Amino acid sequence: MTLDASSLQVVKATDRRLKRAERSKLASFGLHAALITASVIAVFPVFWVLVTSFKPDAKAVETTPKLFNESSLDNYGRILDGEKGDFLAWFGNSVLIALLTTIIAVFLSATTGYAASRFRFPGKRSLMWMFLVVQMFPFAVLIVPLYNILLTLGLQGLSIGLVLVYCTTAVPFCTYMLKGYFDTIPSDIDEAGRVDGLSPFGVFWRLVMPLAKPGLAVTSFYAFLTAWGEVAFASAFLSAADESKTLAVGLQVFVQQNRTEWGHLAAASILVAIPAVIVFYLVQRFLVTGLSSGAVKG
Amino acid sequence: MRRFLERHWYAYAMVLPVVVVIAVLVLYPLAQGVFFTFTNINEANIANPVLDRPATYEGVGFKNYLNVLSGDASYGAFWGTLVRTLIWTFGCVFFHYTIGLGLALLLNRQVKGRTFYRVLLILPWAVPAFISAFAWKYMFNAQYGIINQFLRALGLPDPVWLGQSNWALLAVIVVNVWLGVPFQMVALLGGLQSIPGDLYEAAEVDGATPWQRFVHVTLPGLRSVSSTVILLGIIWTFNMFPVIYLIAGPNPNTRILVTYAFERFFSGASRDYAIASTYGVLILSVLLVFATVYRRALRSQGEVW
Repeated sequence: MTLDASSLQVVKATDRRLKRAERSKLASFGLHAALITASVIAVFPVFWVLVTSFKPDAKAVETTPKLFNESSLDNYGRILDGEKGDFLAWFGNSVLIALLTTIIAVFLSATTGYAASRFRFPGKRSLMWMFLVVQMFPFAVLIVPLYNILLTLGLQGLSIGLVLVYCTTAVPFCTYMLKGYFDTIPSDIDEAGRVDGLSPFGVFWRLVMPLAKPGLAVTSFYAFLTAWGEVAFASAFLSAADESKTLAVGLQVFVQQNRTEWGHLAAASILVAIPAVIVFYLVQRFLVTGLSSGAVKG
Repeated sequence: MRRFLERHWYAYAMVLPVVVVIAVLVLYPLAQGVFFTFTNINEANIANPVLDRPATYEGVGFKNYLNVLSGDASYGAFWGTLVRTLIWTFGCVFFHYTIGLGLALLLNRQVKGRTFYRVLLILPWAVPAFISAFAWKYMFNAQYGIINQFLRALGLPDPVWLGQSNWALLAVIVVNVWLGVPFQMVALLGGLQSIPGDLYEAAEVDGATPWQRFVHVTLPGLRSVSSTVILLGIIWTFNMFPVIYLIAGPNPNTRILVTYAFERFFSGASRDYAIASTYGVLILSVLLVFATVYRRALRSQGEVW
């Protein structure tokens, strides 16, 4: 009796496993089909910009799609030569603004993130809530007063003014993310450090910061990309002088009401996307761990 | 008091820099922004040291709010715009979350080339949004855009996507969904990987079907991640500016609250800073009410957050 029952079970189990293996072939086909479709949709617009960037403006607006149509590197040449606006100056402005924002935001937010993660102090809850609320601020509520302040300080139209403006969003978000990341580093490490005679700041600086590198990478990445791609404040605050524009403002020159120079716009776009994608690939292996333990757990 | 400081001075010292920055760069401007909504400030009467001109704007009481909330078309048809903003926000976030979750579930399996897929799928996030906006504007062009060329080849109707119709709203929603999925996917993938495998094994031993495992193990395991990313998604989408501004321009069919505030701030002959600020304060109020209700709802479900 017992023998029967157990043998029956074994048969059943193998049966189920077989069925599963069979299904998994079809399932894995479906899995790859879904992933490939999604990847194509994700990549295609970028690919299409790349294709367009080699075409002359007149060929980019033809009504039959072609991969190559008198393609050449001419668009890139003219963009870099500054024939279509001072591209290199825009680029330099954007790099400067994005880097300064990143450095200031990450540097400022690291200590606060650590304190919020390790210490209990009155007002901590409302502080974290405030960071979230600041995320909610539409730029529309700050744009007039910030404009007013920059005018008063004489920073209106300057890159450094824009850095200050970007810190309003970057600092709270970075704090929020880093706090989450510090939470994942066991506080036993801090205690061990203290026992070994490190000062409280030494624990933070020499033990916790090196361990938090993935979190710092993701946070920097975020701060960099926000500043690199910001449109509203840059369009409104930078002076009309060509050499003071950032890329997000300068590229709008190509999209005029009646006549858009798509080939040149595409070439400039590719040149802009490259640094962002490079930064992105440098930190992408930290992305999943950093994000899931950071921003997301709150 | 001394004991209080002794115990907490270190924490406060570490928090101080950010608090100062936020006070100077956010709270003070916020107070000023709220103040401006009760004035008639505009380009012509704002203080401008470059032109050596003092401020000459005056208080007007609640006039700005009354004008905006009356829903008058010359003040941006507030209620219609609010409804459009809600359609835009919930439409986008719904697809962000469902597509993001679907892809995260696929990527969480043992698939060949998983890293490769992940890198490709995150690409829309890596490219700056204004570049993607230009790319989609090109692809959505009614005559030579690749999307209509494709639709024509299939014999389907080819609408004028970015004209004065609701097709434009659909187009910008499509673009924003494309942009926002990677963030949700990455966040949810992180959440999935933190669900202990034992739970799935236990469920399987109990004879749970894949669907039951998804509903009773995966979704509860993702609760805290989901609640945060959905809230962030809603806030970001509500305030999303570059996609609409760069793709559709000042098109009334894609106008949401923030783009209208920017129109008032930046374009037109009379740069009406007071109305722009009023819109800003109203947007913030809507979001604050929403976030408070959301947080309370989460708390009542036992979420410590």
